[in-house]
Amino acid sequence: MTDKTNANPALDGARPELKADPVARGILAHHGKIERNATLLLVLSLLVVTIGGIVEIAPLFYLQNTIEKAEGMRPYSPLELAGRNIYLREGCYNCHSQMIRPFRDETERYGHYSLAAESMYDHPFQWGSKRTGPDLARVGGRYSDEWQVQHLTDPRSVVPESIMPSYGFLLNADLDMKDPAGHLEANQAVGVPYTSEMVENAATDLRAQVDPDGDASGLLARYPKAVVADFDGNPQRLTEMDALVAYLQMLGTLVDFSAYDPVENQR
Amino acid sequence: MADHKDVDQITGVETTGHSWDGIKELNNPLPRWWLWTFYASIAFALVYTILYPAWPMVNSATTGVLGWSSRGDLAQETAAANASRAGQLEKISALSVEEIAADPDLRTVAIAGGRAAFKVNCVQCHGSGAEGGPGYPNLNDDAWLWGGQLEAIHTTLEHGIRYASDTDTRVSEMPAFGRDGILDRAQIGDVADYVLTLGKTAADPAAAERGAVVFADNCAACHGESGEGMREVGAPALNDAIWLFGGTKDDIVRQVTAPRHGVMPAWGERLGETTVKELTVYVHSLGGGE
Repeated sequence: MTDKTNANPALDGARPELKADPVARGILAHHGKIERNATLLLVLSLLVVTIGGIVEIAPLFYLQNTIEKAEGMRPYSPLELAGRNIYLREGCYNCHSQMIRPFRDETERYGHYSLAAESMYDHPFQWGSKRTGPDLARVGGRYSDEWQVQHLTDPRSVVPESIMPSYGFLLNADLDMKDPAGHLEANQAVGVPYTSEMVENAATDLRAQVDPDGDASGLLARYPKAVVADFDGNPQRLTEMDALVAYLQMLGTLVDFSAYDPVENQR
Repeated sequence: MADHKDVDQITGVETTGHSWDGIKELNNPLPRWWLWTFYASIAFALVYTILYPAWPMVNSATTGVLGWSSRGDLAQETAAANASRAGQLEKISALSVEEIAADPDLRTVAIAGGRAAFKVNCVQCHGSGAEGGPGYPNLNDDAWLWGGQLEAIHTTLEHGIRYASDTDTRVSEMPAFGRDGILDRAQIGDVADYVLTLGKTAADPAAAERGAVVFADNCAACHGESGEGMREVGAPALNDAIWLFGGTKDDIVRQVTAPRHGVMPAWGERLGETTVKELTVYVHSLGGGE
């Protein structure tokens, strides 16, 4: 008996009752080794969590079928990016999702289901899961600029049952995008493919998009399908309303669905 | 191990053999039903990951034996829904809007479908009863900007009005008479008074008389000599009491000085031909259809 117990050094110093237990001399004895060594416990716990993490997260980075091939996606124009920042600042995502799920009731109401590719330049993405208001993933082009401004200013003047707050102050807030190029560079750093040409022209492009009478050819070459308009109806000022409406009018309009193969992309 | 069974004297329950400071742990195993449910769940999970998409592999995740996908599911569901209306949808897509409206059965179907589509896509501007609002026309009355015949409504729905990304969209632009300095402030005030008299609203008669000349020179080309409007260019009739952007003198002066222009999206591409036809028949049926 004594010899047997001594054969397991992990139980040295343990109480005699434990030493006498056959189970304790087996697996549990080795577990005892980990429990008595804090560093070993930490290292092994870390190992377990790491394996779990790698299995769950890593495939998303290399699997080719997580992002479908979609024509037309481009980085956001400086004005759209500014509008997106206002969207985030005002917490629009608290009530509006940007994710049309592949269910018939959603596609009938909002349009084609959202593709992963459509949020690949979003940092962070705006999918959301809370729909106090409707989904906005394809709101672009659905209403006129004037409607958007009127609705943001006084939601109940066009949708009587709406409980959305008024964002009329955006009309009086000059857009203060301190360093447009800097915003592009920050996105560049996290993987958005802004070219150096886009960064150089950021400040010009920001202005060009709200000037329908100006020359927007450079802007449109860099950002195809960008909507050029005086969004807020006040040509004298570049306001936060301009930026937000420009962003909303772009949402969901970039991907060319005529070149999209639904069968190829079934998943 | 049976020979080492250690039973607690007081409870009569076997112990685990673990002992700390003389305190022993009773070995009360989990109920058998619980354990079997637990094992069954593990077995279910394994089978599930084989049947459905689950395991990440080198190039793609396993697709599962059943070949299920959420998008495939949607395609099937949509196909089934369309199949249940197959005869009707085909007819609506093949026939012209006039033919649909002339066939009583098909008209009923189209109006039902159009009403549903209207509630989703149109009420935000035109109102839940199609009654319109400031800047958005009422669709129940017989005043039409671009025409109230089926074909005209269909074109408006399909291509929109002043909708930049549709090349066939309806376009017209009223000059900014005040902002661009075509008329001076006094002339605009006079013409506003004249426009008020066209709609049988009281106005300063002297100003209206001066305004009549201004109207004839600048406005009649589109709005008509007696203000009856012109649908080819979407110029509203001014000789009725229906006002898109307001009917007070101030409203009219504002509109003549720097006009607002309504924009309607093109729905053809977004909703598809069938739904646009259904909407056409529905809007036409609201009361003002010609």
